[in-house]
Amino acid sequence: MQRLLILGAGISGHTAALHAWKKLKGTHEVMVVSPNKNWNWIPSNIWVGVGFMEPKQVTFDLEKVYYKEGIHYRQAKALEIYPEGNSEHKKPCVLIEYTSEGRRGQQEFVEYDYLINSTGPKLNFNATPGLGPEHHSYSVCTYGHADETWKALQILINEMRHGQKKRIVIGTGHGTCTCQGAAFEYLFNVEYILKKEGVRHMAELYWISNEAELGDFGMGGMHIKMGGYVTHSKIFTESLYAERGIKWITQAAVKEVRDKELTYEDLDGVMHELDFDFAMLLPPFSGVGLTAKNKAGADITSELFAANGFMKVDGDYTPKEYDNWSPEDWPKSYKHPKYDNVYAIGIAFAPPHSISKPMKSKSGTPIFPTPPRTGMPSGVMAREIAFNICDRMLGNPEKATRTASMAKMGAACIASAGAGVLDGTAVSMTVYPIVPDFETFEETGRDLNFTTGEIGLAGHWIKHLLHHGFIYKAKAKPFWRLIPE
Amino acid sequence: MSKRIPYGQNYYPPVPTGFTKWKRISKFWQFFRFMIINLKMLRMVRKH
Ligand SMILES: Cc1cc2nc3c(=O)[nH]c(=O)nc-3n(C[C@H](O)[C@H](O)[C@H](O)COP(=O)(O)OP(=O)(O)OC[C@H]3O[C@@H](n4cnc5c(N)ncnc54)[C@H](O)[C@@H]3O)c2cc1C
Repeated sequence: MQRLLILGAGISGHTAALHAWKKLKGTHEVMVVSPNKNWNWIPSNIWVGVGFMEPKQVTFDLEKVYYKEGIHYRQAKALEIYPEGNSEHKKPCVLIEYTSEGRRGQQEFVEYDYLINSTGPKLNFNATPGLGPEHHSYSVCTYGHADETWKALQILINEMRHGQKKRIVIGTGHGTCTCQGAAFEYLFNVEYILKKEGVRHMAELYWISNEAELGDFGMGGMHIKMGGYVTHSKIFTESLYAERGIKWITQAAVKEVRDKELTYEDLDGVMHELDFDFAMLLPPFSGVGLTAKNKAGADITSELFAANGFMKVDGDYTPKEYDNWSPEDWPKSYKHPKYDNVYAIGIAFAPPHSISKPMKSKSGTPIFPTPPRTGMPSGVMAREIAFNICDRMLGNPEKATRTASMAKMGAACIASAGAGVLDGTAVSMTVYPIVPDFETFEETGRDLNFTTGEIGLAGHWIKHLLHHGFIYKAKAKPFWRLIPE
Repeated sequence: MSKRIPYGQNYYPPVPTGFTKWKRISKFWQFFRFMIINLKMLRMVRKH
């Protein structure tokens, strides 16, 4: 019996575990190592951050699901990978450290035949002095953060009710942040809740971001057909900001956050101060800090991981100018080039470069979004790579040829812009391919028949449906496989 | 919509008319859009 070891039970790791288990039908072992015993539907954390949902509505106990399905589970975090084994273990193995009550701090080597690294991001608040919930800004990246943020927002709303004017700043807290979509959603949900609470007129809302223009979202924005024009998302996004009375600052790298004040640098290298009463600023992401050693015990971390801590796979990592980027640079099989039983999916794999054009300030500060790896592509990669591994485990390596390049894959994304069942709105977007391909689609890099966007109440209904649908699927309830990634 | 300040940031972008805003939350129209958006998303899902 062989073992597939999956590190991380987030959107990609959990999806891979369920699909692999179903396909292997108990003939081989699937083991998941993840430090948090709760599974979290991260996209709905936004709604926790505005009090529309409670943490328990966006989480469930992972162990119960794994127990029911027969998937082995260790509540632990991976520390070090030994892709050639070590002096005690002939087989490749991973050093893990338990985080569960009773075993906290205990370490153990877990052997594997196949490994998927789906450890997602480290929320790197330390990259900007003063950033994050332990310092001077809030976050919605985890359900815990979002809950704290909602508590702080309630206090602010109360003060506004008592006649105090407030400035709210939402966006990215570093020059190289990704996930602008999440901050965008939070901004518009806050705007909606302020209106509902009757205090919108007391708040000045600011968006601050490292995007070149509004509507970039880390993927260079997108063009869609509308009203007889092919129009860039910048236009629609600016329209929404103007409509809702939100001011915006783009091309900004937040350099420091202090008590009720932040400093940001613009592309001219000029520093600006912005004061605020409440700030929700996303951190930049890096890999979770896994290290690696070879059989002799020598450090091979840089062979497995890029400098940003994400795992190298089959992408083309040769440094290239923007004009020389190609869709072919993007990974297809997510397999490590040397250790062909090691894979990385979701946010954990190292992208070859960004999707948005890299920009630097005059003083050399990078100010551009790193590439987003949202839920749908993370799930699709997870499924395809799990199937490939299962085919290899089941003795059918010739079938293990599925690919999931972000340059050949589309994504559907619903960005909430106010959570009300009868008066809420959300932006519904489809984009194909995620990484623009200017060789195939010369004008805009995308297929205009599959790249669409609109705002309305229907989007909110769909977002709600997806919330329940994906949690149902993640609980592996009957017919879960009918719900697509 | 916030008051448009000539030559200000919010002066230039297009903003929706009352009818467009009404359509965005009209239950009848949005039910129809709900079907269409779901079809678009399914089409995207089937591409992979
Ligand atoms: C606030 C917010 C809103 C978002 N909204 C949307 C949205 O509306 N639509 C969308 O498509 N995407 C959205 N995203 C992005 C989406 O959440 C990510 O694409 C997705 O979670 C990536 O999946 P992943 O499995 O790579 O990482 P994660 O889901 O982050 O999972 C990583 C897992 O690894 C575990 N882990 C960490 N360290 C270790 C370790 N050392 N060893 C073992 N396990 C470890 C973590 O505990 C976690 O379980 C949002 C993101 C945020 C932050």
